[in-house]
Amino acid sequence: MARKVYVKVNADFTPEGRLLPRKITWENGCVYEITRILDRARAASEKVGGGGIRYTVVVNGRESFLFKEDDKWFVEGKR
Amino acid sequence: MTHKIVRKPIDKTHFDVYNIIKHTDIRRSHVANAHRHVCIIAHIRKYVKDLQRKTMEERTILHSDLNNFYASVECMLHPELKAYPIAVCGRKEDRHGIVLAKNYAAKACGVQTGETVGQALAKCPGLVSVEPHFQHYAKYSRLVRQIYLEYSDLVEPFGMDENFIDVTASARLFGDGEKIAHEIRQRIKREVGLTVSVGVSFNKIFAKLGSDMKKPDAVTCIPKEHFREIVWDLPVGEMLGVGRTASQTLYRYGITTIGALAHCPDELLTKKFGISGIRMKQYANGEDFSAVMPAGYHPPIQSVGNGITFRADLTDESEVWPMILALSDEVACRLREADKKAKGVSLTVKCCDLSVKEWQAKLDSPTQNALTIARRAFAVFCRNYTWAKPIRMLCVRAIRLDEADCAEQITLLCPAEEMEKTETVDQTVDAIRRRFGRASITSAATLRLDKMPHAAAEAE
Repeated sequence: MARKVYVKVNADFTPEGRLLPRKITWENGCVYEITRILDRARAASEKVGGGGIRYTVVVNGRESFLFKEDDKWFVEGKR
Repeated sequence: MTHKIVRKPIDKTHFDVYNIIKHTDIRRSHVANAHRHVCIIAHIRKYVKDLQRKTMEERTILHSDLNNFYASVECMLHPELKAYPIAVCGRKEDRHGIVLAKNYAAKACGVQTGETVGQALAKCPGLVSVEPHFQHYAKYSRLVRQIYLEYSDLVEPFGMDENFIDVTASARLFGDGEKIAHEIRQRIKREVGLTVSVGVSFNKIFAKLGSDMKKPDAVTCIPKEHFREIVWDLPVGEMLGVGRTASQTLYRYGITTIGALAHCPDELLTKKFGISGIRMKQYANGEDFSAVMPAGYHPPIQSVGNGITFRADLTDESEVWPMILALSDEVACRLREADKKAKGVSLTVKCCDLSVKEWQAKLDSPTQNALTIARRAFAVFCRNYTWAKPIRMLCVRAIRLDEADCAEQITLLCPAEEMEKTETVDQTVDAIRRRFGRASITSAATLRLDKMPHAAAEAE
């Protein structure tokens, strides 16, 4: 069972107004750089519940989901 | 991707109606030209009726219903709950401990909406009771509506979890009704994590009926050419517009199916239900002309009410008066906000055995004053209530509303100066509350009401 982990995110706004997440700071303080954003769509999180704007991002060469739920960001963490 | 909805060009009939309305000031000199206006109104009615009949033939209406809405939102936000039978129940401390919604696992155990938590637990010992979170329900209701609005501007809410959507003009962009319904169903599941049942038909009544036929996460079509085979065998009580009492009456006369209602003689229906009997028959025959109103449309306010279930039952009149006054204060405040005046008062009393009584009374003159409303409601109460049982809940409602600036007949017994004075006091109270908050000024009688529930007391 996965758990909902709220994380700190560093992001950029492009001149067109698009919001692009760049770095994720995990709850233990580790910082992970987002190397690519593959997709951005509204979606629900089946694993941990809730949802919002879901960014499919590449971190350390692996794909994962980063959700922007209202004003907060979360990822689907392992138990 | 968001598409711009292009509505069909206005046809000639619509144009004529528009012109009649545009070039006629119905309010101006309406006494002198009464006859002329009656003729014009008759013309408008005829045009509108023709237009309704014409458009009805071409309409595609969806009714989208979020399955077990409150319970589904709770399960979606907390996936660990999905494994259990759950029920969303009101707060026991405020004596609202009834089942508001349940998931399919709880339904399978026989748990029903509206029963007490105790009754539900007796049927389903493993039931998980969840407190309601109305701010979440409002949020997800809004998100789902945003999806509907990408397909049509004609989206009319029917409660928090249901919406009618007229997609007649969207066919060229998105395909036919069934295709749009499936697309909406899939998108809501993917994007919001909730399931919907969608009914597709040529009027609102059958669209609603369709959404009730297959659940959850399903689409049901009732096309005009086949509606008799699909609908007429269903129990009459399943059709929107036929309530529980009407359904029981119809059953007594052997009218058990929608098809039987469709063939029922007009005389019997008129005798038993008046004009609404004929309307029910029209609905059964697929003759519902009502339009889906555009998003943002707010129907005119018919009444303004405020009710409270008390923390403990009220046992005498000295406890009832301050409660009626507190309820009337809120009602009057909302009347003034809406710029309305009430010409009548309705009082609803729920006893400790959950039996309900309701009385109405006229007011001497239209008012938006709390004390006037409260006095009338209390007089009605004293005249009618026999104290056979203690009181669990009271609701004061302002009825027969009129615009605040409407002309009014002043009675000799109620001098104009007195009324002006009361209005000035109300305006001053409103100004103080706007500046210093709701609790800054109130009637002394409504202070320290021990039986007032916490939420209401905080609002005070």
